[in-house]
Formats: sequence, C-alpha cells, structure tokens
Amino acid sequence: MADSISLKKLVTRLLGVVVAMFVFGFALVPLYDVMCKAFGINGKTAGQYEGEQVVDQSRQVRVQFLSTNNIDMPWEFYPKHDELTANPGAVNEMIFVARNPTDRPMSAQAVPSIAPSEAAAYFHKTECFCFTQQVLQPGQQIEMPVRFIVDRDMPKDVKHLTLSYTLFDITARHPPVAANTGG
Amino acid sequence: MMRHPHVWMGLLLWSIFSQANAAWTVNMAPGATEISHAVFDLHMTIFWICVVIGIIVFGAMFWSMMVHRRSTGQVAAKFHESTTVEILWTVVPLLILIAMAVPATATLIRMYDTSEPDIDIQITGYQWKWHYKYLGQDVEFFSNLATPAEQIHNKEAKGEHYLLEVDKPLVLPIGAKVRFLVTSADVIHSWWVPAFAVKRDAIPGFVNEAWTRIDKPGIYRGQCAELCGKDHGFMPIVVDVKEKADYEKWLADRKAEAAQLKELTSKEWTLDELKERGDKIYHTTCVACHQAEGQGLPPMFPALKGSPIATGPKADHLHRVYFGKPGTAMAAFGKQLSEVDIAAVVTYERNAWGNNKGDMVTPKEVLELKQAESK
Amino acid sequence: MSAVIDDHGHADHAHGPAKGLMRWVLTTNHKDIGTLYLWFAFCMFLLGGSFAMVIRAELFQPGLQIVEPAFFNQMTTMHGLVMVFGAVMPAFVGLANWMIPLMIGAPDMALPRMNNFSFWLLPAAFLLLVSTLFTPGGGPNFGWTFYAPLSTTYAPESVTYFIFAIHLMGISSIMGAINVIATILNLRAPGMTLMKMPLFVWTWLITAFLLIAVMPVLAGCVTMMLMDIHFGTSFFSAAGGGDPVLFQHVFWFFGHPEVYIMILPAFGAVSQIIPTFSRKPLFGYTSMVYATASIAFLSFIVWAHHMFVVGIPLVGELFFMYATMLIAVPTGVKVFNWASTMWQGSLTFETPMLFAVAFVILFSIGGFSGLMLAIAPADFQYQDTYFVVAHFHYVLVPGAIFGIFASAYYWLPKWTGHMYDETLGKLHFWLSFVGMNLTFFPMHFVGLAGMPRRIPDYNLQFADFNMVSSIGAFMFGATQIFFLFIVIKTIRGGAPAPAKPWDGAEGLEWSVPSPAPYHTFTTPPEVK
Repeated sequence: MADSISLKKLVTRLLGVVVAMFVFGFALVPLYDVMCKAFGINGKTAGQYEGEQVVDQSRQVRVQFLSTNNIDMPWEFYPKHDELTANPGAVNEMIFVARNPTDRPMSAQAVPSIAPSEAAAYFHKTECFCFTQQVLQPGQQIEMPVRFIVDRDMPKDVKHLTLSYTLFDITARHPPVAANTGG
Repeated sequence: MMRHPHVWMGLLLWSIFSQANAAWTVNMAPGATEISHAVFDLHMTIFWICVVIGIIVFGAMFWSMMVHRRSTGQVAAKFHESTTVEILWTVVPLLILIAMAVPATATLIRMYDTSEPDIDIQITGYQWKWHYKYLGQDVEFFSNLATPAEQIHNKEAKGEHYLLEVDKPLVLPIGAKVRFLVTSADVIHSWWVPAFAVKRDAIPGFVNEAWTRIDKPGIYRGQCAELCGKDHGFMPIVVDVKEKADYEKWLADRKAEAAQLKELTSKEWTLDELKERGDKIYHTTCVACHQAEGQGLPPMFPALKGSPIATGPKADHLHRVYFGKPGTAMAAFGKQLSEVDIAAVVTYERNAWGNNKGDMVTPKEVLELKQAESK
Repeated sequence: MSAVIDDHGHADHAHGPAKGLMRWVLTTNHKDIGTLYLWFAFCMFLLGGSFAMVIRAELFQPGLQIVEPAFFNQMTTMHGLVMVFGAVMPAFVGLANWMIPLMIGAPDMALPRMNNFSFWLLPAAFLLLVSTLFTPGGGPNFGWTFYAPLSTTYAPESVTYFIFAIHLMGISSIMGAINVIATILNLRAPGMTLMKMPLFVWTWLITAFLLIAVMPVLAGCVTMMLMDIHFGTSFFSAAGGGDPVLFQHVFWFFGHPEVYIMILPAFGAVSQIIPTFSRKPLFGYTSMVYATASIAFLSFIVWAHHMFVVGIPLVGELFFMYATMLIAVPTGVKVFNWASTMWQGSLTFETPMLFAVAFVILFSIGGFSGLMLAIAPADFQYQDTYFVVAHFHYVLVPGAIFGIFASAYYWLPKWTGHMYDETLGKLHFWLSFVGMNLTFFPMHFVGLAGMPRRIPDYNLQFADFNMVSSIGAFMFGATQIFFLFIVIKTIRGGAPAPAKPWDGAEGLEWSVPSPAPYHTFTTPPEVK
C-alpha cells in the first residue's frame, strides 16, 4: 500500500522492539530491586536511614530474630537473644553467633529478610554481617553484630517485626583463601 | 442438539452444590477459622454471581440456538451494531465487578492484620518435610510423612488418611492468634492448610508471614502446594489443635524433652564433672545399699569396689545400672534417673574407691542406649 | 506424511510447487509453510497428549502404579511445554500463514524466506527438548513454569538443553510474529483499511505484537537461568544476592500475555465462524477490535495474580486483583457480541459452528473460574490446586484447541478442495465435547476439596473424580486419532468443494477456487 512504510524500515523497527524487550527483561532485575526497596516487597530491607535521629519514646516495637541454615550448611548459627524491644529512631544491636564445626575453612553469606513485608521499608540496617561474606576456620566461632534503626515513620499498627537470616554455604563459589574475612 | 448436555450439566451442578456432604466432595469446606469462613462466603458469593450471569448469557444463546435456526424457517436479521447496548454491557459488568471487589478487599485487609500474636511458629520447608519451631520456647522438630511405603506401592490397604498423615504434627491451641513465619532451606514450597485458609510460599532466603486463630479443636490436614521436586506429593501437613490446657501440657512436655536434649548435646562433659555429679547421685540414690565406700552389704547388696561389673567393660556396667538385675534388689534406673545422672553415677563408680578405670560414660551414650531400647 | 500432503498440492499453476521432499524443506510458499506448521502442531498435539495419557493413567487410582514420581514430574513438565509451544502456538501460526494472505488479498507473507526458517527451527527445538527424556538425569522436571531454584540449583543436567530449546522456539515465534505484522501492515489489498480487516487478521495482528513484546522477555529469563547455572551469576539465587521471586515476576511478565497469545487468534477465528453460520454480520465489529486491544493491554499489568501467595504487600495484591478483574469487562463484551451475532440469525450447526459455539460457552466457564481465581483472598484456597488446572484447561482446550478445530473444519474445504465428512465431523465434536468435560469438570471439585496440582498420588477422598477424569481423558485422547482419520479422508477425497462452501461466509479467501491455487492474488483484488 502506498501509505505504508517500507518493509525494511518496518522490520528494522520490529527488531528494535525485540532487542529492547530482551534488554527490558534484564532491566527488570534492577527495576525489581528498586521496587522491592521502595515497597518492601519480599521482605527486602530499606537503605540508609535518613529520618531524624530522634528517638520516639512513645512506642515500642518488638523485633524478633530468626536464623535458618540453608540445606547442607553445617555451621551453628543463632542470635544471642530471640527478640528485643526497640524504640523507633533508636539504634539497636543484636549479636549473632556463628561457629564452623567442620574441619575445613568455609565461607558463608547471610541473607536478610523482614516480615511483615509492610514493615520492611521501615527497617534500616546501619551495620550488618550480611553486608560481607563470612569466613571461618575449622572450629572457629565468631560473634557478628547487626545494628539497625526502626523508622519513626513506620505505621503505628505494626507492633512487631521479624528479622530473619538465612545462611548459605558459598565456599564453592568464593573459596575462603581469596575471600575477605570481614565482619 | 446442545440442549441435552446443558440440562445434564445444570442438574449436575445443582445436585452437587445442594448436598455438600456427599461422599463425592465437590466444594470447598468452610473451615475452622473466622477467616476461612469469610473466604468460603466470598467463594460462594462469586460462584453464585457467575452462575446467574451464566444462566442469563447461556440462556440467551440456547434460546437462539433453539428458536433462531434456519431449519425453523428463520430469516436472519440484519442488525450488527448498537452503541447503547455496547455501553450497557461494559458498564453493567463493571458495576458487578465493583460489587465483588468490596467484600474481597475487606477480607484481604482482615488477612493482613498485623496485631500482636500469642504464638510464633517458624515453618521451614525442606525437600520433602516440614520443620516447625516454636519461637522463644526451645521446641522444634521435623514433621515427616508417616504413610508406609507399602501402602504407596499398593502392597497394603490404604488407610483413611493415606498421604495425609505425619509422625509429629504441629500442635496448636484453640483461640490463640498464631503467627506463621514461613521460609525454606532449599527450593520453594508452599504451606497450605485449607481449613485455616492459610497458604504461604516458603521461599529460600526469605521469610513470609501468615496467621490464624482456630476455633475448634481437631486434626487439620493439608499438603505442600508448590512443586518442589520428586516427592512434592509426599510432604503433608497435619495440625493437631488442642484445648488450651492440653496444649500447655503438651508444650511443657516438649520443653522438658528439649531442655534435656540440650543439656546432653550442648555440653562436653569432662571426667571430673561427671565424677562430681555422680558423687552426689551416688550418695542420694545408691548409698543405702552399696554403702559410702562402695563396700556394699554382702550377700544381699554386693560391693562395687573392685567388682567385676564396675571394673569390667563399661557397656556392661551401664547396662546393669540402666536395666537393673532381675530377681535381685538391683532396680532398673533407666526410667528413674536422667541420662546425665546415669552417666555421672556410672562414671563415678568406675573411678571411686580405687576403681581407677579412668574411663567415662557420656550422657550421649546413655541417650543412645535409651533410643536403641525404645525402638 | 509428505506423501499424504503431496496429494493436495495440485500443481496446475504455471509456477507450481517443486516435486518431492525438497519442496517442503525449501518452500517459501505461505500455504506450504502453513501446512507444515499445522502438521507439526498436530504431531506435537498427539505427543503432548500422550504425555497427558501417562499422567491420567498414573492418576487413575491412588497409589503409584505406572511411573515413579520423578518421571511423573517430567511428564507434567513436558506435557505443558509441548502443548503450549509445540501444539497451540504453531497451530495458530499455521492458520496465520495459510489464511492471513488469503484474507487480506496478499500474494504471500511479507518475508517468505524467514518464514521457512522460522518453521524449521521448531522441529529442531522439539527434537532437542524431547531427547532430554532419554538422558540419564531425565528431562526437565520442574513444571512448565520452571520456577527457580528448582530449575537452576536443583535442576537435572538436561536443563541446559531445555534452555536452548526455549531459545529456538522463541526465535521462531518472534520471526513468525514479525512476518505476520509486516504482512498485515504492508501487503493488504488496495481498499482493505485496518477497520475492514477480518477479525481473525485483527486478533493475529495484536497477538503478533504481544509475541514480539514478551518472547524476548522469556528469552532474557532463560538466559539469566543459563548464566546462573553455568557462569556464576546470581540473578535468582538468594545466596549471591539474587531473588527467586524475581524469576516469577520475569516469567509471568511473559507468561500472562502468553496465555492471551494462545487465545486471541481463537477469538478471531470464532468471530469469522459464528457470523458465517448465523448468516448475519458480526455484532459490534469495532467493539471487538477495541476489546481485543484492551485485553492485550491489560495482560501486561496483571502478571502477579499468579503469585498471590508468594507474599506480596497488601497494596500490590489489591492492584493486581482489581486489574485482573477488569479483564472480565472486555472478555464479557466479546462473549455478549458473539451471543448477539447468533441472536435472530438463521443458524445451522455444521461442525465448525458446533466447535465455535462450544468454544463460547466452555471458554466462558473457564472465564468464570478465572474471575473466581482473581479474587485474591479466595485464590489463597485455589492457588496450585486442581481448581487452577480445571480453569486453564477450560480456557485452553475448549478455548484454544476447539478454536483450532473449528478453524480446521471451516477452512479444510479451502485447503484441500474437498468437503470433510459432516457426520464424522459431528461425531468428532461430540466425542471431544463429552470427553473434555468429563476430564476437566471434575477437576474443579477435587481442587476445591483440596487436591494440589502436580502430584502423582493422592488421598482416597479424591479417587472417584480422578477416575472419572482419567476415563474422560482417554476418551478425548482417542477421539483425536479419529480427527487424524477425518483429515486424511478429506485430503484424499470427498465431495468437491466450491469456492465458497458456506453460504453465509464473507471474505476474500472465498473468492479464490477450492483448493486454493499454489499462488493467489498475484494481482491484488480491489476491496470496496
């Protein structure tokens, strides 16, 4: 038809759409991350605390700590206390204990998650052993701190939240020798 | 021609929804919680709305199929559009949808209630079993399929709860708000108990939340609802809901068991610690017969000092204390003393009064004996 | 097979088809390629169907009888993959190849050589996919939705072949879609404005845009899997900072439009067939076009309704619930339009019409259960149960598959030059109709009663309905062999078909003789 664009042009444009959508598939990864952080989807914690550094004395939130070992992860891994009560705006600390009972050096990565997901966007970690990989020598035991602030803006109806860590064995992917012994 | 299947299906639908208790279950059960009742009501409301719409639309179609046939001499009309009608059947469904969305939203908001729970349970999915942990209570255990392989492979008759039975059910009290924190140690699973209207994916690395408050005591059954590999069909969920007092007793028993286990496994006992503890046990439990210096009161009560049992193989020694010696005054202490106490007293006897064997029986060895015995 | 097909290649045109096997290997003729697609799709339909037979045989009774759970999972996975990518999608591409040029007055597809290539990728892809069943670790066993990490960290070795097969299918689909768009936009006969196009062409145009929008996303998704498995990335692995839930978002971003890709062309075909046998123009042509476009648009913003139980925040659940419910509006408009087209028509019920009417009614039932599934709180009970299996089989079997059968009977006279046997066609319909309902209707019941999907064994309370389902499935399966017989019989002979075998039919495809000559519309027709 006279008014239609040339075939070559059309096909080029369609191929452009295809390439764009392929890239979009990958772009979903950072996009999803941004969405998660913004809305607390899937219990991902929020970024740096930018609220007022004023402690809200009017209310307290029960913060509960969970530890899970991914399958085949032989370390002992647990929080020193099951829970604590925190005032929004204040910095809190909890110590997690990890011990490598095996006879080989191992590296591990802890992955944090928050429930309920409504609260995740209001949970800010200022320091966490999950920021880096952990390397433990045979029999070595360490105490690892996590410091966090519960946002003053957190909805009032949220009275408790759960911080859960899952510990993954990443020795195969990140051999202990090469890894940073942070934490 | 289409009429017969229509009538047949209509009758079928009617008959099945009017007798929900028939052996051929056809509908969702209302369940055992307020939420599950709300979900059931929602389900039935939407269902009936769909049925009514279906009767009107299919009714019109069947009417024209019967009446507007060429074989009845029907001449086709020519109309083929009407903006009024199009707007009408865009707006009316929209209004019906809004009417549906209102109760749906209300129920969903109730499900997302974040008020303080009475009990927190961590549920972890594994290939292919569930792990339950009563948070803050030091009680945790795995829950495995209990149906024997013989039933699955058709070598035995199948029981009523075939594939829906476990060795250790999750036990909960009625009336309490229970919060489930659901996660996984390997692939994605989904924890589902229909009677509570609770279904939550268990995702490795992430924790998900759900809650329930159960009204009636009873046994409730569910299954893993997300394909998780080979034995996805073989990881059922059983929840035993008890009266409050029964639950408290059950929990106290589990805690006692757990505390005991913790004592045994968390501590590396040294010879001296066991001897010291055994000294005390001996002087409260054994001393009346075997006497303070292990000299006994022969012939009724033999000496332990230099005795073949107390200086022989330690397995025999443990066995004697644990099971006693039938026909004599020597009682079986396996049921009377804890694992630690038995280990301590045996260790003490082997290392006191010049019985310097220098070896020890650990609480773990006693536990192993106990477990071997209970099998 | 080619011997059979050769029968209808009446080489009476000056530039007739080449002789022998190479005709099919090298052909760039849209009718030949359409035929290849349709035969390939039918072979895959039988293969995917045979996997379904294994599933139903195992589920005939409680207990493990025929296959082990590990193999059962491979069967459910392969059934889904083969039916979606091997049967339904290629069948619609086959129909598009055959009919779109005939319906818009074009001499061929716009990109004939690419057309040939996009077809021949498919046998390669499925050879690769099906061969994994014979590898030591077995074929894909993680469901057609292949959720990570079951499909990555915990997958059998064959997952790599699976990924390559998906890539090949994706490339084939994308090339097919580009071809359809280019043909429709560039090769319409003079006077054939967009709003004069037959509805089958319209729905295919929209489908093709959906395809080029989402198949690349699927390709991206499996590429990320491949990188996770072999190159140490962590897109979907929590251990490395990734997220298994991300997989589901990416997959369903593809997956939800995909289900419309499988149904929109059927909407189009039914919109051709119902007016023909009602002897009345389609009611609300314009609203049909807009409804189709609305459905396509909405399909991009509802994907997370497949994920109501993964733990999405309340706002998210509400958004996806409302958006999903909205789809009922344009879908309703279509159903009402079809019903109004029949209203006060002069109806006859030849086989294509039977399939089309059954399509409207049974697809609507699938639509109703879809509406129920959209209600998030209720979905917590339905999710991953047999209720879902019943739902999507109601939209795919009497939806997509009946749409394809209706199309096949409708256009067989044009393809072969012979009328099919009406009695046998009707018998095929009724057996399919009864078998299909017998198979899938009881699945609503067991699902509501609490039977999860994708399990090889079940509690005794589900036994009766499962047996009914299995009997229905065997009946439906056997009936399709009968369809093969009907088609072959029609190719070999039968009453000669006139150019326009249906007195109520409209459209350019009926202006060429039956069977359609090897080359048609070499000079474009004038459309008024």
